[in-house]
Amino acid sequence: MHPDIIVIGAGAVGAAIAYGLARKRLRVLVLDGDDGDYRAARANFGLVWLQGKGLNMPVYQELTRRSVDLWPDFAAELASLTATDLQYEHNGGLVFCLGEDAFEKRRLDLQRLHNELGGAEADWQMLDRVELAKLFPKIRFGADVTGASFGRRDGHANPLRLLAALHAGIVRLGGDLRRNGAVRQIVPGDEGFTIVFGEENVSAPRLVIAAGLGCQVLARQLDLDIPLRPQRGQVLVTERLAPFLPLPASGLRQTREGTVMIGATHEETGFDISTTAVAAADLSRRTVRLVPALADATLVRQWAGLRIMTPDSCPIYALSRTYPGAFVALCHSGVTLAALHAVVLAEAIASGELPTSFDAFHQRRFDVPKAA
Amino acid sequence: MSNIDVLIVGAGPAGMAAANTARRFGFDVLVVDDQPSPGGQIWRSVETVAAAPRGALLGKAYQEGKAVADAFRASGALYEPRTQLWQIEPGFRAFVTHDAKAGMIEASTVILATGAQERPVPFPGWTLPGVLTVGAAQVLLKSAGQIPGKPVWVAGCGPLLLLYLVQLLRAGGRIAGYLDTTPPGRHWAALPHLPKAMRATGELLKGLAWKVTLNRRRVPIVKHVVDLEANGSDQVESIRYRTAHGHDRTVPADILLVHEGVVPSIHATLGLGCAVEWRDDQDCYVPILDRWGETSQPGIFVAGDGAGIAGANAAQLRGALAALRIAVKLGRVSEQIALEEAGPLQRELDHALALRPFLEAMFKPRAQIFAPSDDTIVCRCEEVTARDIYAMAQVGRPGPNQVKAFTRAGMGPCQGRQCGYTVTRILAAAENKPAGEVGFYRVRPPLKPVTLGELAALDQQEKAS
Amino acid sequence: MFRKLHEPVAEAVTIHIEGVPVAAETGESVAAVLLREPVLWSRTTPVTRSKRAPYCMIGVCFDCLARVDGVASVQTCLTPVRDGMRVERQQGRRCLTA
Repeated sequence: MHPDIIVIGAGAVGAAIAYGLARKRLRVLVLDGDDGDYRAARANFGLVWLQGKGLNMPVYQELTRRSVDLWPDFAAELASLTATDLQYEHNGGLVFCLGEDAFEKRRLDLQRLHNELGGAEADWQMLDRVELAKLFPKIRFGADVTGASFGRRDGHANPLRLLAALHAGIVRLGGDLRRNGAVRQIVPGDEGFTIVFGEENVSAPRLVIAAGLGCQVLARQLDLDIPLRPQRGQVLVTERLAPFLPLPASGLRQTREGTVMIGATHEETGFDISTTAVAAADLSRRTVRLVPALADATLVRQWAGLRIMTPDSCPIYALSRTYPGAFVALCHSGVTLAALHAVVLAEAIASGELPTSFDAFHQRRFDVPKAA
Repeated sequence: MSNIDVLIVGAGPAGMAAANTARRFGFDVLVVDDQPSPGGQIWRSVETVAAAPRGALLGKAYQEGKAVADAFRASGALYEPRTQLWQIEPGFRAFVTHDAKAGMIEASTVILATGAQERPVPFPGWTLPGVLTVGAAQVLLKSAGQIPGKPVWVAGCGPLLLLYLVQLLRAGGRIAGYLDTTPPGRHWAALPHLPKAMRATGELLKGLAWKVTLNRRRVPIVKHVVDLEANGSDQVESIRYRTAHGHDRTVPADILLVHEGVVPSIHATLGLGCAVEWRDDQDCYVPILDRWGETSQPGIFVAGDGAGIAGANAAQLRGALAALRIAVKLGRVSEQIALEEAGPLQRELDHALALRPFLEAMFKPRAQIFAPSDDTIVCRCEEVTARDIYAMAQVGRPGPNQVKAFTRAGMGPCQGRQCGYTVTRILAAAENKPAGEVGFYRVRPPLKPVTLGELAALDQQEKAS
Repeated sequence: MFRKLHEPVAEAVTIHIEGVPVAAETGESVAAVLLREPVLWSRTTPVTRSKRAPYCMIGVCFDCLARVDGVASVQTCLTPVRDGMRVERQQGRRCLTA
């Protein structure tokens, strides 16, 4: 196969972009790493989330809103193409508040975000305990729960099914997906890029680096300096339970299978995906404060993933200046942004240039000297 | 008690022997076990049953456990039954639950003596009520003094199966038939190992005696069974079997006992990041251990069947060796003295292990176990069929974790204990790779279920003794 | 189903299975008693509601889960009987009390 474009990385970001490119009839070759690699996409929580995003970076809020609005059609098309139920629901989402101060702080934060975007129609509201109880008839909330912020555009999906569907979609649309091929070397040339992976060499005129935490090392080979750090998030999942949480919340959602997912920590622990009992205890304590009945649920598994963290927590989308034809794409919200990646970003990459609305996400923004 | 010198997980032969030895050096020893009384599986309920009428029919090897349990009780080791270990972190900090309360123990060294489990044998209908492992039936005989009410069908091969059949006959049970799945030619395959096995003549003769008993009691034996099916709506009503010669028969049944060998419990070892290796001769992973039983993680030892299936005597010897080595590491005894004491133990262990290659060759599991038919449930917990796994195996040479992520196999409460090997073998066959290269699911805590409430109340102070 | 050997009984206790009193003895597990019932299934799975009964008896298969004294998802093969114990089948996905 002579690919038009090679995508390095088949996690949420790489797979969504590759799927989008294949949709645009490009011949795509996707190179994915090994079964035991870090793979943030397999550790994901599953929220398709808008509320609270983009404090201090309004363009990120806009980007997220765009993606969230594209998600329903994106999901429907992908589901239909691959006969996979993504278990996507978009009936809104909550962020619970424990204590009066937290409630007020949340309200202020969301109000500020709203104002930063210039007073568009509010897609969020604060709910007090009474209103919250109406949404969750099967639950008695803990005494500390003062309410929650409700975002009507929020939702959730099954992140593993999303990934499986994207992989299947890529192949269905004629793309080539290779596994167990960790890329070590990128060699730019006159006609594009030659990638050394495993024992093989493959070449294409264009390249997307979407290798999560692996982007740094690879991008450096193309004179792109990407500031990244891993941030550990630990997640808990319970046994399957009868449905009782009809809406997802930040850090607490019930899947279609009935399991309840609880997350997540934000730990600066380097490249360490071990879990800690302390985190399990902390996450459980918070959960039991929210929904006391969950005290009886058994924990079946605890895992940890490494978020792809940039200095301002926002994505990086960049086109190399030295090597035109090479793109880098990374973020820590691969599920929420999957629709944007598959539809808008893929189209931009296919056309060879990123629109100005993406300028704010170039990694050059980190080169600006800090104010004294 | 602030810090334990030796935490021993498991109160079977290995755990008890390790505790008895460790106590001789004056260590603070804590033994935790999920059963209500010591003995592990081989000596299950031995304290109460050894002297009971059924103690005799269980045999001398079983009854011998009582003396070991007595010594264990008198050793001065702290013993916490009905306690589940769900995580160990570096340091070591071990997390356990007992009586709905979670707590933490700090230990300088850890000996994992969690034994073994039966090799999972998926076949159509294996999840029906009424299908149990032979090991389960043996536990029921030991701990509850109960046997199948009607003549029972037993399928599989291996010493444990033969022993149970004999014990069942002694107890007055009846056997409808023994479906022997040992493939043709195993005797020839085992023959080269016979000379070494002769060092354990006693054991060999025991095995022969069991076979003689089965013949004398005219237990119907069907040889070279290659396929098996259990059928019924709410429980087993009939079973169907096919032999290598093409005989295909369906018989009524209400209980079917199955056994195709025993494999070391590796969950705790894997969860702690200890290195394991695939052993073709045993069709399973075993931890990589030095001659004392220390794993690739300094301070963590494995003793007993968890190190490799070898029976109660070998287990005790391994437990003692591990404790001896700990005594050197923690400065209670010189290396010289430890080596002197270890010498005879090691020789006895070699003796006990001499039989293994012969047994492993003789009872090597048939290939069909690792290639279940499409409709067979592979993951019991999440009800993922072989068809789903085969389909996944076709797409891009996935590893077991990818298969788990996309099919949910391995995500249920047993966390891969009943499906992990099947998935690994299916992938190995599909990708033409040795099973050792395919790997196993990543094992994560909790090693045993713990509730959110127990976690929320986690007492992170030293566990009160 | 399984039956007890005719041996002098250790210490007789009574447990209740689905409200029906059943004879048991100290030292045995709840799973052992469940396997003496003529109808063997003691739970239905949360995935397809298929019927299951104890399988491994050593705590590594989780098919023996039942409600014991009001607590669900208890591994009955690791739970010794106690006089007066109430055992109920666990059906489908477990319901947390409100």
